This record gives sequence, C-alpha cells and structure tokens, in this order.
Amino acid sequence: MTEPNLHSLVPRPCPIRRVLQESHDTFTLELDPGNGERGGAFVPGQFNMLYVFGVGEVPISVSGDPGRPQVLVHTTREAGAVTQAMRRLRKGDSLGVRGPFGQPWPLQRAAGRDVVLMAGGIGLAPLRPVLYEISAHRKDFGSVTLLYGTRSPEDMLFRRELQRWGAADNIDVLVTVDRAIGGWPGHVGVVTALLPQAAFDPTNTLALLCGPEVMMRFSADGLRQRGVPQDAIYLSLERNMKCAVGFCGHCQLGPSFVCKDGPVFAYERVKRCLEVREI
Amino acid sequence: METLERILSTHGFFHGLDARYLALLVGCATNVRFGADEFLFRTGEEANQFFLIRAGKVALEVSAPGRVPVTVQTVRANEILGWSWLIPPYHWQLDARAVEDTRAIALDGKCMRTKCEADHDLGYELLKRFAHIIEDRLQQARLQLLDVYGKPTG
Repeated sequence: MTEPNLHSLVPRPCPIRRVLQESHDTFTLELDPGNGERGGAFVPGQFNMLYVFGVGEVPISVSGDPGRPQVLVHTTREAGAVTQAMRRLRKGDSLGVRGPFGQPWPLQRAAGRDVVLMAGGIGLAPLRPVLYEISAHRKDFGSVTLLYGTRSPEDMLFRRELQRWGAADNIDVLVTVDRAIGGWPGHVGVVTALLPQAAFDPTNTLALLCGPEVMMRFSADGLRQRGVPQDAIYLSLERNMKCAVGFCGHCQLGPSFVCKDGPVFAYERVKRCLEVREI
Repeated sequence: METLERILSTHGFFHGLDARYLALLVGCATNVRFGADEFLFRTGEEANQFFLIRAGKVALEVSAPGRVPVTVQTVRANEILGWSWLIPPYHWQLDARAVEDTRAIALDGKCMRTKCEADHDLGYELLKRFAHIIEDRLQQARLQLLDVYGKPTG
C-alpha cells in the first residue's frame, strides 16, 4: 500500500516520447519515466496522477506493459479541461507524474485458473497491462477470455493487439459494439450478451471488470448467473481523485477511498455502493 | 441424419420442453438457409415465422428514409429470432439480414398459434420462454440507450 509522504505529492516532469491516436477522442501518451532503473514500474491496475502544467491534474490508469518499465504508457479519452490540454501535447513536451498509486488487480489469485476480462469502452486501457502480463506468462493460466464492448467499430481501441492476443496468445477475444453502420461483420449488442459464448469453468474463474459502473454491475450479474462466485469478481472504479493518497477524501465511496483502497476492489466490497444512485 | 425433433430438443430455446410438445412443434418446423447479406425478413412484412438460429449470424437493422441502416443487435447460434408472429398485427418491426451464411429452423407462426390456442399449457410454456427473451432484450436495449461508452453528460 502507498504510504503518504511528501515525495508522493510532488510531480516529476516526464517528457513525452510518442503520441498515438487510438480513436477520434482517445489517445495514448508514451512517456520517459526517468527514475533510473526503476523507471515507471507499476503493477497492473495502478494509476498515476498526470499533471498538465498550468491546467490541472487527473488520475489515469497505466495502460502499458509492466515488463517494460522504461516507458510509461497512459491511454485516456478527451473528456475535460485537463485531458483536452493533454491531447494538445506533442513529442518533447512534458507532463508531471505522481505515482503509481492504488491497489492492483489480484493477478496472483488467477494462477492456474480461467480468467475472464470484461472491458467497456476506455475500460480496456486499465486491463491492457493484465493482458500483457498474461501473454508473458500464458502457461500459468487456464482459458483466458476478453469480452470487450464499445460504442461503435470506430471506437475500438488497440485493434492490432486485440488481433494479436487472439491469434498468438491463445486468448479468446470477443468484441461487441452498441451500434454499427455499414459493413461491420462482428457482434452488435451489450457486452453481457457475449457471456454465453465464452468458454470457462465458472467454479475456477477469476473475473476482472473495467468500464462504466452500470456496465460492470450488469456484467457482475451475468457472471453470477453463469455461476462465478461473488468473491472471484473484481472491478476497477473511478472517482474524482485529488491527492491520490487517502488524505483529501474527494474520492470517498462509502467507507472506502478509491485512490488508496482501490481503484481495484473486490466486487463483494463495493456491490452495495454500485446500486445506490446517491453514492 | 439429424431429425428436426432432435434439433429442436437440443436448441437452447426448447431446452427441457416436454417431449410431447416437441413432437407437436416439429410439424411447424422446416430447415432453412440464408446466404450472407440475404434478408430473413423486412420491416412491415407479415411476420409468419420465427427462427432458431443454428449457425451463423443475423443483424437486426433499423432503417429510416435518407439514412444508412443501423444494426442494433446481432443474433447468433443457439439464440432465437422473431416474436412478431406472436403479437397482432403480426408484422415485422425490423429488418433481419444474414451477416454470414446462416442455418436455422423456421417455425411457422400460424401453425404455432393454432397449436397454442388448442393447448393452452403449450401456449403458456412458450409464452414464458418468449417473455424471458423479450425481457432480456428490452434490458439490453435500455443499456444501449444509455450510451454508457459515450462521454458523460451533466
């Protein structure tokens, strides 16, 4: 767990090496993390606070390969003032980085089990490090299935990697979109509609969910109907994080701080909060 | 060769249905095939069948004048397609286009309605199964309507 200290509150400037446009509103920044041999080391599921100088700071999950800490990768969508400013940055510009923060995906629990990843929209980004990790140690896991739902074919992220994971890494990749126009040959419908096609042993499965909360709620319901135990389901939450170390309380979710106790939570722990509209 | 009765009994929609009802329904069933881009039905046509999809994929499309048709859902193997045969005035409300080569069992709607009227236990059993599918697809449509992957508003 991250212990709050002065160091964790001071951003370090990291130059941008590369900017990749993933879709019309989503982009990836590859940063030079500096920091000696440790580089941008992180555990899948953790996030950094990214500071656009003079504009503001936002929490963004790391979307890169944990096996390549010499490059720090963040994928985000242009949504507010900070991410709009972030999108205008170019190679050679610098971002302030604090982190990594938060509780990671419990991948140690996945060893020897089937793994189901359910991602919605930009929620694929925080799960991508898990897929890198699984690909690097594929034999350690049973069947691995990625169910990915997005808005339209044009909004699909990481297209080449989706193909590669399916073809080379023996990962069952199923993609669906909410609506399609023209010659889309794939599935149309919500991500939970893919569940009947997924081959896994529900009694020996670890499920990791990331996406809009309503999507995760229905996905968890769908997994429960397939027989996946509640304590085998984990999800990543997003809240308005400011300090990222559990001081300020901006990201409070019931009795938890998302920055410190999450962003990855056991479904059992937050299930009730997902059903209360006021939280 | 696989009999129609055997095919019906192994399809998810009819899972667990009493054998005597399956035997009744076989009389309404035929094997059908559709090539890629072939329409199973179009909006406004008489809805006189429903389909148990065995292989392939079918896109449900909504089209409006002057606009490109939008696919709102795909239906795949082991799913069913079409309930307008059950609800007056028995007209299709969507276009159904095979995305790829598709095999299905078509069940004649008029034949089904006649058998359900003659045996209300069969009718109730089928209605329960359709109600489950209608509820499920309504729920899915509501979620799609939320546009959860779009940018948050408000």
